[in-house]
Amino acid sequence: MRRRATRLAGGVTLVTALAVALSGCVASERDPEGSSSGGGDGTFVFAGSAEPSSLDPAFASDGETFRVARQIFEGLVGVEPGTADPAPLLAESWDISEDGLTYTFHLKEGVTFHDDTPFDAEAVCANFDRWHDWTGLAAHENLSYYYKAVFGGTGDNSLYDSCEASDEATAVVTLNTPIPELIPALSLPSFSMQSPAAVEEFGADEVEGTADAPQLTEYGREHPTGTGPYTFQEWKSGESVTLAANENYWGEIGDVKKIIFTVISDGTARRQALEAGDIDGYDLVAPADVAALEEAGYTILNRDAFNILYLGMNQAQKPLDDIRVRQAIAHAIDKDALVQAALPEGTTAATQFIPEIVSGYSDDVTTYEYDPEKAKDLLKEAGQENLELEFNYPTEVSRPYMPDPAAIYEAVSADLEEVGITVTATPEPWSPTYIDTIQGGENHGLHLLGWTGDYNDTYNFIGTFFGAKSLEWGFDDQEVFDAIKDARNAPLEEQEAAYMHANEVVMDALPGVPLASPVPSLVVAPGVEGYPISPVQDEVYNVISLGGGE
Amino acid sequence: MLRLIVQRLLLLIPLLLGLSVLLFGWVRALPGGPVQAMLGERYTPEAAAEIEAQLGLDQPLIVQYGKYLLRLLQGDFGVSLQSGRPVLEEFFTRFPATIELTVVALVFAIGIGIPLGYVAARRAGSVVDHSAVVVSLIGVTVPVFFLAFILKYLFAVELGWFPTTGRQSATMIATHPTNFYVLDGLLTAEWDAAWDALVHLILPGIALGSIPLAIVARMTRAAVSEVQNADYVRTARAKGIKASRLRGQHILKNAMLPVVTTIGLQVGLLLSGAVLTETVFAFSGIGSFLADSVFNADYPVMQGFVLMIAVVYALVNLLVDVSYGLIDPRLRRQQ
Repeated sequence: MRRRATRLAGGVTLVTALAVALSGCVASERDPEGSSSGGGDGTFVFAGSAEPSSLDPAFASDGETFRVARQIFEGLVGVEPGTADPAPLLAESWDISEDGLTYTFHLKEGVTFHDDTPFDAEAVCANFDRWHDWTGLAAHENLSYYYKAVFGGTGDNSLYDSCEASDEATAVVTLNTPIPELIPALSLPSFSMQSPAAVEEFGADEVEGTADAPQLTEYGREHPTGTGPYTFQEWKSGESVTLAANENYWGEIGDVKKIIFTVISDGTARRQALEAGDIDGYDLVAPADVAALEEAGYTILNRDAFNILYLGMNQAQKPLDDIRVRQAIAHAIDKDALVQAALPEGTTAATQFIPEIVSGYSDDVTTYEYDPEKAKDLLKEAGQENLELEFNYPTEVSRPYMPDPAAIYEAVSADLEEVGITVTATPEPWSPTYIDTIQGGENHGLHLLGWTGDYNDTYNFIGTFFGAKSLEWGFDDQEVFDAIKDARNAPLEEQEAAYMHANEVVMDALPGVPLASPVPSLVVAPGVEGYPISPVQDEVYNVISLGGGE
Repeated sequence: MLRLIVQRLLLLIPLLLGLSVLLFGWVRALPGGPVQAMLGERYTPEAAAEIEAQLGLDQPLIVQYGKYLLRLLQGDFGVSLQSGRPVLEEFFTRFPATIELTVVALVFAIGIGIPLGYVAARRAGSVVDHSAVVVSLIGVTVPVFFLAFILKYLFAVELGWFPTTGRQSATMIATHPTNFYVLDGLLTAEWDAAWDALVHLILPGIALGSIPLAIVARMTRAAVSEVQNADYVRTARAKGIKASRLRGQHILKNAMLPVVTTIGLQVGLLLSGAVLTETVFAFSGIGSFLADSVFNADYPVMQGFVLMIAVVYALVNLLVDVSYGLIDPRLRRQQ
């Protein structure tokens, strides 16, 4: 026994000696005071559900990238806090020419990028030219999605013509063809102003790899350089992105001195990390967790809904081309009961294909109140008393407008069965084929789908759905297409009224049943105050106060 | 011995070639594609068609495979669709995490499994024996994610003894020269960082180690039961050999052979990435990344990671075979 004890002691000594010998082999890179342990030092830890796809928002279209980008970057146009309306940001004001082709931006002065280069009209033009000049992989749909969506393409296909710095604080952007939604679109993080010097130095546009797998550039991994209240510190792949307060920021430098975005893909794991105090807040709270978290003292914040959930009806499938059948379906659905049963608290039933806060929302659209008797009469009139319909819905997915598709399907299909329609369920995994089934072919009858808005623009909703003939809806109704097109091209002051009219035309034609606009929730720990919730997630953390401490 | 090693390494080549054909065919047989997965509602058939043409997906399969193989031979595994980083880089950044987790799981499984199995066999029919059977049954039958969830709820959320997720506290500032976080902390003398990383390994390590623990305990029990009744043990005992020496040299050492094989197989399995455990604990090893890649139709990662895992698995098994020679002198002499 003695011998073993000695041997054990020897082993322990050896390991300790080894550790001591090893230590100092590699220099520690952290500064001496840097060993923070969270809490009262102005650190805010927020969990997202995935990693950002890139730190260069010009090449991104996902929410996790935008969440980080909004802290580092600013665009010419921002968002009025708490709304979806465009507001001045790096451009203090702008003038638009009569023909809608020339935009003159009057810039904020005295702003510098994080690399100390000045933000001026030259820099603005460098950004516009950068987007326009993308070629090869950089010009690919997967990367430059929003630029191509708004400007129609890159290079010669782009609706952008030129940009001129008429003086240091005035940039004049000229288009070939008007883009009516340009101003709200510029509030997207994809159109953030980035330091031309850093873009050049770190090869932001030198994208390698293949089209379906473009490789992150050095700029997009390690050198995002904007004008925003936070500067980039570190990106630990698969784990976290760390930002630090920009001491030279032109605006308010807040309580939050350091932001850490961690990645926790599992919803339950996010909740547990918050409850254990590992994080200070997280997004995409499951509706089922809301009550329990609130009771435990956490703050639940509901963003205004900026999305729409709808029941699509494919008119290429008979008898859905019969308006009476579509009206019967609309009257058969009890939207309020659906909201109660399957959607988060605070959600309102929808009457049209845009949420209430989007301009062009009309109070005069035709509504189809819940009335099963009327639905039965309409079906009888159409000679469809024994109607059988296929009903597609996605599985293995939770979208902001559709937290639990199966629950929504159950509520809707039960209502339809109630009026005598026989429903055949066709569930299909969201990833990767559901959208292709719905939008890439004719083989679907009823389906659940929705949309989350990009920026405050009616066309972004109804234009996407009904702007032209599509396989999703299967109808060819020139009146609907024209109403939307006319509204898009209407002079600015008439646009809202024109979109209201377009919404009324759509709801008369009833291509589908708008169901609801569910409110997305996020949660923060007690003590975190002033989190700037925004329907378009324009949430910048320099306004958060960490007062109250623990 | 050297011949054995070379032979086995050469065998890897046809194995990997065959696997690459299977993988290539498999991901292409999957429905849908990365574009759909990435764009979601924003997907349009037109965009997909444009991309397919650009990717050369209209070329014959054999041409596509040839190109893929050529790149593979040059060590180019492609770029991850999810992260935009080279697949090999992703693998080697995450693999240390999986290795660390494997080590902790094994320490747990071996440290408890062998003594438990040994005592159970020596005291067959006793309370210890019966509880060992129950423990190993539970270990094998309880789903890992369930155990992980329960452990996390109890010890991390309710009691707060351990962190819930990740490899290191988000607020910990640490230097990472090797990406083995515990080792990094020791190397750089950032003791708090090493400790923090170690604490993050405990719960996932226990969850992951539960199945190997059960298997090791059962295997040890069976082997010890057999050996302790062998003739040479009886002879040794009759010679009046010291009890400790009898246990160590005669019983345990001889019983260890099948146990080592079992452990070797488990190491291969554990290193393949603990998909469920890593997901529950948001632990960024190769398992959780591979799982994400399936949801995102991240072809290059699916292909590359599976190939790399096959290589690791084959190498670990080779090591196990080599180690037989070390513990069993009879095998050494045969060669």
